[in-house]
Amino acid sequence: MIVEIGHFSLVLALFIAGLQGTLPIIGAHRNNHSLMAVATPAAIIQFILILGSFIALTYAFLVSDFSVINVASNSHTEKPTLYKISGVWGNHEGSMLLWALILAGYGAAIAAFGENLRPTLKVRILGVQALIGTGILAFILLTSNPFLRLTPAPVNGNGLNPLLQDPGLAFHPPLLYLGYVGLSLTFSFAVAALIEGRVDAAWARWVRPWTLAAWGFLTGGIVLGSWWAYYELGWGGWWFWDPVENASFMPWLAATALLHSAIVSEKRDGLKAWTIFLAIMAFGLSLLGTFLVRSGVITSVHAFASDPTRGVFILLLLIVTIGGAFILFAWRGPTLKGAGLFQPVSREGGLVINNFLLTVAAASILLGTLYPLFIDVLKLGKVSVGAPYFESVFVPMMIPMIAIMGLAPLLKWKRGDFKTAIEKLKFAIALSIIGGLFVWILIDRASAFTSLGMTISLWLLTATLTELAGRIKLFRGPLSESINYLFRQPRASWGMTLAHAGLAIAIAGITASSSWKVESIQIMKFGDQVNVAGYNYTLKHVREIQGPNYKALRGTFIVNKGDDINWVLEPEKRFYTDPVMTTTEAAIRPTFLGDLYAVVGDRDEKSGGYITRIYFNPLVPWMWTGAIIMVLGAGISLTDRRHRVGAPSSNKIPAPGIPAE
Amino acid sequence: MNSRWPYYTPLIILGILAFYFAAGLGQNPAKVKSVLINKKVPEFLLPPIEGSLKGFSNSDLKNQVVLVNIFGSWCVSCRIEHPFLMQLKEKKSIPIYGIDWREPDSTAGPKWLEKFGNPYTLIGDDPNSLGAIAFGVTGAPETFIVDKNGIIRFKHLGPITKDNWDETFKPILEDLRKK
Repeated sequence: MIVEIGHFSLVLALFIAGLQGTLPIIGAHRNNHSLMAVATPAAIIQFILILGSFIALTYAFLVSDFSVINVASNSHTEKPTLYKISGVWGNHEGSMLLWALILAGYGAAIAAFGENLRPTLKVRILGVQALIGTGILAFILLTSNPFLRLTPAPVNGNGLNPLLQDPGLAFHPPLLYLGYVGLSLTFSFAVAALIEGRVDAAWARWVRPWTLAAWGFLTGGIVLGSWWAYYELGWGGWWFWDPVENASFMPWLAATALLHSAIVSEKRDGLKAWTIFLAIMAFGLSLLGTFLVRSGVITSVHAFASDPTRGVFILLLLIVTIGGAFILFAWRGPTLKGAGLFQPVSREGGLVINNFLLTVAAASILLGTLYPLFIDVLKLGKVSVGAPYFESVFVPMMIPMIAIMGLAPLLKWKRGDFKTAIEKLKFAIALSIIGGLFVWILIDRASAFTSLGMTISLWLLTATLTELAGRIKLFRGPLSESINYLFRQPRASWGMTLAHAGLAIAIAGITASSSWKVESIQIMKFGDQVNVAGYNYTLKHVREIQGPNYKALRGTFIVNKGDDINWVLEPEKRFYTDPVMTTTEAAIRPTFLGDLYAVVGDRDEKSGGYITRIYFNPLVPWMWTGAIIMVLGAGISLTDRRHRVGAPSSNKIPAPGIPAE
Repeated sequence: MNSRWPYYTPLIILGILAFYFAAGLGQNPAKVKSVLINKKVPEFLLPPIEGSLKGFSNSDLKNQVVLVNIFGSWCVSCRIEHPFLMQLKEKKSIPIYGIDWREPDSTAGPKWLEKFGNPYTLIGDDPNSLGAIAFGVTGAPETFIVDKNGIIRFKHLGPITKDNWDETFKPILEDLRKK
């Protein structure tokens, strides 16, 4: 019964979305207020209906109602409760329902909190959001209905891929979707503005917090996915340039560019058409990602079971949504003239170059991801594009980008002075060059690439801190005054400082872990010792243990270094029976300088020992920490009240050193 | 920028991509056209795996339609595929010949088969990828359909499942058996 209510509620939601997608837009066009008034309640009702539907499906998973096909094929009575819940979105149908729920959730958020938006803009945003919703809901009901019944109901379910039974992966999709789908809102903002033919500073001010929220979630989602790959796949790698990873990384690059170009639109009334273009692109790339993952046109380790009908439907949705937006863009775009002129050396200049680099980076990743498809369609054979392509294209573009990232915040809007900025940064320049040389000379196995990586990481960190120091007038007055200024910095500025510093720390982690990884693979008998990166690992024993729905071999390593360190690492190799599958659970002990990472493998029959793999992954914790700081920066920036008020507040005394707005 | 054309560029690029996507939907990246399709199986001679007497060579492939399956005890997808191969054996659907590819040591393959069952008529041990190279194997599991005249008719990447068996393998096999 509850399942039927969920199904019915989803059909109703489609109906409401259809109304919300048409009436308010017509109303805004004809200035008919009663038609416009439909938007706000419709958005909230649509969200509640989809929420009801989602809860109904979750209920079916929780009580293991195997008369529902989706539950039968993706759950199992013996699965722990947490994974019964994550099983709701661990499959195609359920994850699309989550997608629709979040889409409607963002619409409802605009309906509830968007009271300071211009009324015509608000209802048009809600209208566009509902049009996307109509497409997605129709897609779910027609091709991917999670509520279909199965008779006779099986006694037990088919389980879930045990690789996915993991806390990291349980929360990776919801976060990622909050990011992906959050970009739908910036898309709706862009399309609504194109319909109105009006992009002004107020529009840019409204769109920024939503972009920031989506960006924060997307960053968190990508990091969580990467962290999962790092400890679950068992060989210490964390990024594979797999099509599915690229599908989440491309919108991230576009959203990062958008975040920055929207600042120029808000503060300098410039780059309007470009900002609109990026807003469409960011969501377009999200939809493209969905298409690639679900249609099976590209092979990937993470791909959902592919189905050509679904592929056709998503492709149509992609073409109608993004094509429609681009037609509007071609029509209205030329009229979006910016007023803000600027010199090449200026803060806008820096933002434009970095926007360009981010966009080219996204485009080259898109090219690499789709290249196998192009070749396939043109009947030139089958190829795969791997990490070497992506690394050799992506990394060189990031080096000038980070150089500018350190410099641009110190330039003034409109016309910056290069000499003054360099003068301020002389300490940062010296420190990063010395740091790079230090790495080059003193550390073994430091290539030119590693030294360069460390140099740009240090550069970004010191330049970001220099900028902060300038803002709080550090060393240019009494320290107490500087501390006072420090606490009065607007939260949005903290956001920038944290995000940039976080990236600097993450770059150090990425560089070190890809250059100085220590790896040792051997057969160990009980009591055997092996020394990896200065740590002494003793294999004490390997025992068989029984988990809730798996059996496992658990190895116990005692790790010693000097007298104070005496740690225990317990990696597992798990054997699931339903379905039959083996997974590795690496044991990881983070330290300041890197992760100790141990994996236990099969028993070697000849010697009676076990195959063990032990890694030292330098500075990997820095990578995660840096990423968390970036997300934190987004979060803090979002709490800035300037993001929530419609017009610049006049009663607030700006902190000194903030460029005039 | 007074010209309007830059504003049309995104639309044009989307159009081109949409063409490729639409064309790509009709194809399955797992269905690889091998250069060896419709050619005779190249000559190879593989020794038996430990504990068995007869190996596997190209001369074993004649007078019947068979599957040649590349597997290894190290390969997770092979383990996923394995129960289905056992079903095929029980139903006596088709003889399956195995190439035990790149085992870490000579006992790993036999142990694995002992544990999960042996669906193969004959197995060749292939630690140096000689058989794999003969068939142009790109990964495991991989399965080939070889007809009565020893000609390779079809290549499948990844595990065989009930779905792709019914959809792809069955029609091809029925067709070949009629000839």
